[in-house]
Amino acid sequence: MEKARPVRGRRAEFFAGIDIGSSTTKAVLLDVRSKLLASAVVRSGVDFGSAARRALRKAEAAAGLAAPRCRGLTATGYGRHNTPFEASVVTEISCHARGSYHHFPKAHTLVDIGGQDSKVVKVDAQGRRTDFKLNRKCAAGTGAFLEEIAHRLRISLGRFDALARKSRKDIELGSYCTVFTATEILARVRQNTAVADIIKAAYSSVIKRVLEMDPLDGEIVLSGGVAAHHPFFISLFEIAIGRRIFIPPLPQLTGAWGAALFAVEGRRGGDA
Amino acid sequence: MSETRAPAAYRKIQSADRLRDILGAQYRRLNRASDERHPKIAWCSSMGPVELLLSLGFLVYFPENHAALLGATRTANNCIPAANAAGYSPEICSYLTSDIGAFIRKETPLSRAYPGLSSVPRPDVLVHNTNQCRDIQDWFAWYSRELRVPAMGIATPRSLGEITQDTLGNIAGQMKRLVPRLEEVSGTRFDIDALRTALDLSKKCTSLWGRILEANTSVPAPLSFFDHTVHMAPAVVLRGSEEAVGYYESLLREVEERVARGEGAVAGERFRLYWEGMPIWGRLRDLAEFFIGLRTAVAASTYCHSWMLNWTEPSEDPFLTLARAATDIFIVRDEPAKEKIIEETVERFGLDGVLFHDARTCPFNSNSRYGLPERLKRRLGLPALTIHGDLNDLRCYSEEQTKTQVEAFIEQLAASSRRSRSGRP
Repeated sequence: MEKARPVRGRRAEFFAGIDIGSSTTKAVLLDVRSKLLASAVVRSGVDFGSAARRALRKAEAAAGLAAPRCRGLTATGYGRHNTPFEASVVTEISCHARGSYHHFPKAHTLVDIGGQDSKVVKVDAQGRRTDFKLNRKCAAGTGAFLEEIAHRLRISLGRFDALARKSRKDIELGSYCTVFTATEILARVRQNTAVADIIKAAYSSVIKRVLEMDPLDGEIVLSGGVAAHHPFFISLFEIAIGRRIFIPPLPQLTGAWGAALFAVEGRRGGDA
Repeated sequence: MSETRAPAAYRKIQSADRLRDILGAQYRRLNRASDERHPKIAWCSSMGPVELLLSLGFLVYFPENHAALLGATRTANNCIPAANAAGYSPEICSYLTSDIGAFIRKETPLSRAYPGLSSVPRPDVLVHNTNQCRDIQDWFAWYSRELRVPAMGIATPRSLGEITQDTLGNIAGQMKRLVPRLEEVSGTRFDIDALRTALDLSKKCTSLWGRILEANTSVPAPLSFFDHTVHMAPAVVLRGSEEAVGYYESLLREVEERVARGEGAVAGERFRLYWEGMPIWGRLRDLAEFFIGLRTAVAASTYCHSWMLNWTEPSEDPFLTLARAATDIFIVRDEPAKEKIIEETVERFGLDGVLFHDARTCPFNSNSRYGLPERLKRRLGLPALTIHGDLNDLRCYSEEQTKTQVEAFIEQLAASSRRSRSGRP
């Protein structure tokens, strides 16, 4: 597993991948040998160009490069066409597959649960993306669903993982729809159901929506912000599919990492 | 891998002006007939027995064409809520809800498209065939109640594998049983030779349309699906007329000239796709330019190819010929037949993948719902993508998500084609 190692005081060239998502913007800097220099995550807000600039500056600062020079940049994500830089543009579906295969170079199915959408991407043993599916136009099965539940419960999303671990009882949230589920939760609150049980049920609801997208054959890699911040969610997912799930390093940055790899390969003249 | 979209350059079709003229003339004829109460006007479903109606002297108006116009002019979303409020669910056909909503609101895009027209023509009779969907009869039933006009139709069985003589006999029989009631409304005696004349003109029209579609087997494809959706209008609303035949003779010449010059609808065509399902009318131009930017030709489709009607029923009975043409269409067939039709079309047109449009309110034209994309992928290794949207209700369409998926699909095709060129696995 690679870890971010700030390279202080060095004059260096780098390649950057920027993933401008609906909630957060992520930047990953790689050196010419595709080794991680640094990464950064900032809130996207409403100005994607500004978010991309902030993420890049923050990552450059974290890398500690004395005279940073970007040799190539690839933008991806919801705001990929809004970068203020000269950048190649690749969809987040390709970038996530590229990033995932970099960390897990075998045939696998990538499940990425982001703030706005969930993706299931099939990657073959050579790293070819063979198929993909996105969730339908609905927040169920995405990070936005958990954000809505947190809002309804007046509990910070950051506390979800610890609370869910305390759950002692399985309950079911039956609805497809985020709004209907929120109503179901209010009914549960009226019935004095433990908050821990409700949060665990919300995790299970996201997992069910993802399992409805695809049979999820073979090895599974899970990326995205939900995987990054909710380790208990990963455990529940593993129980649901009955096998181990592989988590890339910095799972929230898989798309940006893939974008940075495309930047390196684009400069070398390769493809993915 | 890194792709940037090329600027879109839409190539104008010269025949488009003539298309506008012949459609305008037809709507003016209908408007005049509506004012003067002569000749009688029949409203007909798009795959209904139009030739029979023409043979009885009716002028024929197609509410589905009007609904598509509501979609294309993006006025549908102002109208759908009025129908929803009148008890017609947002989950049912958005052609129906747009058209009824427009009537409730006393609006029509015809008045903008053709100055002087202020409303749709008033019908004397409403005639449907359920071969396209079951909602059409509820659609016409609403007008029947509202305008106190007789409604009648043909019920076509669905999910047909083999199309048997029993089935055709049943449908032909239903058509024959419409005749006395239609004679009563029109005041004209049925004349079998007039029916044969209308059938001959329909045959000529749809055969020419078929040749225009088949021209897209050329690389690059001279027209795109988005062009086809516009230029198929005469095959729908003027089928059985000399105008439609004349129009398609002219369009075919233009298309053949494009083929001879090696000129495609998409400059620098890299990929060729099949579009399964309904168009997204309110985003037609936007999507046409989007695909041009991706240098991808949507070269064939279920929707437009459905109007290459099969007139080959070997019978002296024109009702049986008409029954075959109205029944041997994609939407009426069972899943194996649909799979075979797509497979053959993909092969014939040299397509790289299939794009399924799952239209929220149009289940019969959304063929991704019973595992067809997965079967095509598994059996043929054919790349397929399902996008979610709707024909008219743009509330069901996410532009960002759709475009991201299509771009990702093209990236997948590009990576795979680079590998096959380089010999890499």
